[in-house]
Amino acid sequence: MRPRFGAVLTLLAALTVAGFARAEDAQTCEVPAYLLTTDSTLSKVADAIKNARPLNVLVVGSRSSTILSSEASAYPAKLQAALKERLPSIPVTLSVELQSGKTAEDVAAGLVKLVEAKRPTLVIWQTGTVDAMRSVDPDDFRGAVDEGVVALQSAGADVVMVNLQYSPRTETMISAPPYLDNMRVVAQQHDVPLFDRFAIMRHWNEAGDFDLFSNVHGTDMAKRVHACLGRALSKFVLDAARLDPAQQN
Amino acid sequence: MTSIADPIAGTPLTDTKGSHAKTDAAAVSAPAIALPVAGERELRLDLFRGMALWLIFVDHLPTNILTWFTIRNYGFSDATEIFIFISGYTAAFVYGRAMLEAGFVVATARILRRVWQIYVAHVFLFTIFLAEISYVATRFENPLYSEEMGIMDFLKQPDVTIVQALLLRFRPVNMDVLPLYIVLMLFLPLVLWLMKWRADVALTLSVLLYALTWHFDWYLTAYPSGFWIFNPFCWQLLFVFGAWCALGGAARMSRILSSPITLWICAAYLLFAFFVTLTWHLPQLSFLMPKRLEQWMYPITKTDLDVLRFAHFLALAALTVRFLPRHWSGLKSPWLRPLILCGQHSLEIFCLGVFLAFAGHFVLAEVSGGALMHALVSVLGILIMWGMAWLISWYKHSADKGASKTKATGGNADMAGGSV
Repeated sequence: MRPRFGAVLTLLAALTVAGFARAEDAQTCEVPAYLLTTDSTLSKVADAIKNARPLNVLVVGSRSSTILSSEASAYPAKLQAALKERLPSIPVTLSVELQSGKTAEDVAAGLVKLVEAKRPTLVIWQTGTVDAMRSVDPDDFRGAVDEGVVALQSAGADVVMVNLQYSPRTETMISAPPYLDNMRVVAQQHDVPLFDRFAIMRHWNEAGDFDLFSNVHGTDMAKRVHACLGRALSKFVLDAARLDPAQQN
Repeated sequence: MTSIADPIAGTPLTDTKGSHAKTDAAAVSAPAIALPVAGERELRLDLFRGMALWLIFVDHLPTNILTWFTIRNYGFSDATEIFIFISGYTAAFVYGRAMLEAGFVVATARILRRVWQIYVAHVFLFTIFLAEISYVATRFENPLYSEEMGIMDFLKQPDVTIVQALLLRFRPVNMDVLPLYIVLMLFLPLVLWLMKWRADVALTLSVLLYALTWHFDWYLTAYPSGFWIFNPFCWQLLFVFGAWCALGGAARMSRILSSPITLWICAAYLLFAFFVTLTWHLPQLSFLMPKRLEQWMYPITKTDLDVLRFAHFLALAALTVRFLPRHWSGLKSPWLRPLILCGQHSLEIFCLGVFLAFAGHFVLAEVSGGALMHALVSVLGILIMWGMAWLISWYKHSADKGASKTKATGGNADMAGGSV
């Protein structure tokens, strides 16, 4: 059995060496196209852009939607910057509503009030992490997300959902898959674009753009990851708004 | 009784030793269930249990090249189904015989001893987990994950956490199989007793419990919140079905299993499942999936053992039994020896696998990540599992034999069957 086993090992080694070679190229964070395209559309965002009305974005999320003590480097701020750059002709405002430590159910209850107060064109709802950490019943989680999305839609806002971070260090402690699956289900049912943060970050980790296992004390890496996420999210939003490239300038 | 039906006389990976043997008349005429006849080991059971153990180990590690060899990427069900089914099968096989030969009380006593062993194994694993977590909690710092690190908060109240762990209510990720198994084994005496009376009634009750659980949404709560990841009220179906097959059900199903209609239905379903899974991995293809179908089908829950998962397992098992006869010469080949060896010592190797998965995570985090390391950790882990299985069987066959002839009675039977 040795020879063939040896062959398998060699093959594995060859594959992984190829992986390393790619990893060392540079600090990029490309996202495969399929992770940034969606069948669902953001019609209200599209309307605002076509009619040159202001684009108001509201980000509702938990602590992973910010970087402690450097909010300006977190993905919402980066998203706003990227949108402004791509849409120079219209004002883009963005506010962040952090709901630390709250489950989807807690957050969903307050969503309508938030929307009434801020009148956003687009709500970006990042959720799932707290529920996964508390291992909330996935059915209850799905119910809460469903309820929240319906509330947002009937309040007249476009919705984009953002799922969990890929966090390899806590993989043995937090079980993400049920929450990822249920968010996908709700997104499908209500035709809401789902920004697959988990898959994107995992892709970066595997492609070698970021070593998400690493133990770093400074905020430098967090800032770079968030910058990449913000940029990717802006592409995703504009793709979902189905704009001709011409209209984006 | 050695007929054409023989190779397919089992369901899933099976075939009672009794079903084909030159069955003693006593066994046949005896009670409602066929008494499993002692004989040579059913190597297919060991083979597939060993395979399930390897797959569970690989699935517990972060995604790497080997992950693509695990069956969950090609259909709905995964190694857990194989594992629980074979566990039910072997447990019924071993303790069912004990119940017929030595009576209800003795069989129950033996089962409870096995439960105790599994419980101790679980607590042992929990201790290792606690050590790992505590280490990570005190050393790891990355502002990107400040939220996720909140999961360590339970360490702030070890008094509650540890007691809850002993009560099986607090279970870290990947440590859900043993508690499930403990609960299933606790009810095994009742199941076997029912089966002895009317095997089909036991199976019907099991299906009924499964259906009622779905209907009323029964579950067991966990600590600090949530529920059991593997709902025992649902997963018992696989376990009891395994037991039912072991106690003669497999033989009775041989006509169904050998029919070409079954073959085609199974093949079609597996192909369908494969296609659906493909759309998960290649989202570019998801436009091919009818929305109606998606809405009806998703989510495919593992917690409650979705019917689609159960059916997928059945289809896999039916085809396996059909195309892999029990006397297939390959079972004796040294190539499959490591798998079979691991399958023969499943409780030990399962625990080792969980431990190695923890250790693997740890190495990847502390030493280095990278695809090469990922693959290396997986391969090394499997080699260690094999080495340990070899060592255990060496103890059993050589070291212990020499020491005393008066072996612990039943110890062997436990090893052979009731193991996880």
